Amino acid sequence: MDWFNNFWSVYSNLVLTVGTNALLALSIYLTLSCGMLAIANAAFMGIGAYTSAVLTMTYGLPFPLALLAGMVAPALMAFVIGKPTLRLSGVYLAMATLAFGEVVRIALLNAESVTGGALGLNGIAQSTQWWHVAVALLVTLALLWRLRRSKVGRAFESIKEDETAAGLMGIDVAAHKMLAFVLGGAIAGLAGGLNAHLTFFIGPNEYGFDRAVDILTMTILGGINSLVGPVVGALILTLLPELLRSFKDFRLVVNGIILVLIVLFLPKGIWDPERFRQLFNQWFRRGARKA
Amino acid sequence: MLEQQLVNALSLGCVYALFALGFTLIFGVLGVVNLSHGAVFMVGAYAAEQAVVRFAFPLWGALLFAFVFCGTLGLLIDFLVLRPLRARSAPHLIPMIATIGVAIILNNGIQGIFGAQNLRFPSGLVSEDSLQLGNITLTALELGIILMSFVLMAVLLLTLKKTQLGRALRAIAESPKAAYLVGINVEGLFYLTSFAAAGLGGVAGVLIGLYSNALFPLMGQPMLHKGIAVIILGGMGDVRGALLGGLFLGFAEVLSVAYIGSSMRDAVAFGLLFLILLLRPKGLFGTLQERKV
Repeated sequence: MDWFNNFWSVYSNLVLTVGTNALLALSIYLTLSCGMLAIANAAFMGIGAYTSAVLTMTYGLPFPLALLAGMVAPALMAFVIGKPTLRLSGVYLAMATLAFGEVVRIALLNAESVTGGALGLNGIAQSTQWWHVAVALLVTLALLWRLRRSKVGRAFESIKEDETAAGLMGIDVAAHKMLAFVLGGAIAGLAGGLNAHLTFFIGPNEYGFDRAVDILTMTILGGINSLVGPVVGALILTLLPELLRSFKDFRLVVNGIILVLIVLFLPKGIWDPERFRQLFNQWFRRGARKA
Repeated sequence: MLEQQLVNALSLGCVYALFALGFTLIFGVLGVVNLSHGAVFMVGAYAAEQAVVRFAFPLWGALLFAFVFCGTLGLLIDFLVLRPLRARSAPHLIPMIATIGVAIILNNGIQGIFGAQNLRFPSGLVSEDSLQLGNITLTALELGIILMSFVLMAVLLLTLKKTQLGRALRAIAESPKAAYLVGINVEGLFYLTSFAAAGLGGVAGVLIGLYSNALFPLMGQPMLHKGIAVIILGGMGDVRGALLGGLFLGFAEVLSVAYIGSSMRDAVAFGLLFLILLLRPKGLFGTLQERKV
């Protein structure tokens, strides 16, 4: 077990970051699976992170309670802004949620008495254990898996395919969209709370535009046709910069090139069950013919 | 005081408009939210700086060089990344993600080559003279920025409105398929648009580089966020709207710094944007089209 202890002491943070990133990717997957391109997840993550960190640091609340509050706060926020925002569609929804994200970031920056302003919050207790992240991820996956196969999940899918038709079939489009948005906010908040109690420090700029785009990229690259896709996307995008360390100054350039190549050659994302099936069939048939 | 602020707002707004023009042009014609436009803007500033420092270009030469260099870069991005995705008619999110990759390549490539520290244009590149009009001071740089932006914008608007080329571009914006059917060289005009849009972005980069006198690899990112705000204000894909939106944002920002405080400057831009989207979902100057049953 020596090698494992060595590995864990060096890479535990990285492994746990893969976990929280997977949660974030799943949170945006949820809204995408309902046909909404909402990119407020970085902001929801920030709200969750700050809420839980302030609660444990200033008010000494136990970690699980703070984590719960870190899920409720962004969910409430999502509910409040969801009403007017979710009327928008397509790129307009994306831009409105992105703008909301910037407003949150700037609010965090300026509410110095609570959030510490640009200096952020320092010395957050490192309460997140590996199994917290694992349990959170597994429970979220199980929940989303169950959701996909439920009446609500099928409603999401029909809204994604055609909103107007879904409405005509008697699906309450606005309510389902709101549900996806609020749930997505809660998952992002959970990721934020876990992440804040992992990294010791949080600052407002971690939850800005770049993070929002990162989360979206993980999900799209992984593929949005199944639950595995976002997790795979988070895994690859978190590990890639580490694996490319040998390129030194230009490692992020290589990172960008790989990103573009994936988009160009795997348009449905890395995890595309249909393509796997095709490949398998091809291989299997060829094998059968030979025999 | 107010007059002076308004002049500052005008020059800032002009650069925003210039940047947003390319951004909105690509969205209007190609239908792509091009998130590498901020990086191209930054490359423009670096290209001009290198042209001045290494090859002793005069200012106008450096501006021209930045335009051509960035235009070529835009052409390359279109040819290598956007064209294959078009050919496969990928859904609109996919090209957007691809341009994020391009932005990562450009931002980090420049950082790898030139380092993360600030570069400056050599002093004396722009005349230090200024114009005194009553109690307004207008520096040569500000005057140049305003004049140049208006000339470029006028040329673009006239081209779009009055020429055969502009009519073809507007037809493509309406529907690339229909435009192709009436014999318009759609692919060729996509290249032209990518070239012109990136070139305009590059020129905006040089102007901001001169104005703030600091070039750094991530200088395009805040600009990109503002560009997004501007084209939403103006209505996506609307060239006139980008112009008005840019000026509007410039005035909103400068006046909020003057009367509310500098820390709220970005909050004003994005708060406004958020509000406008809620009240007028297709932008201040856009018209709403929605599919009704």
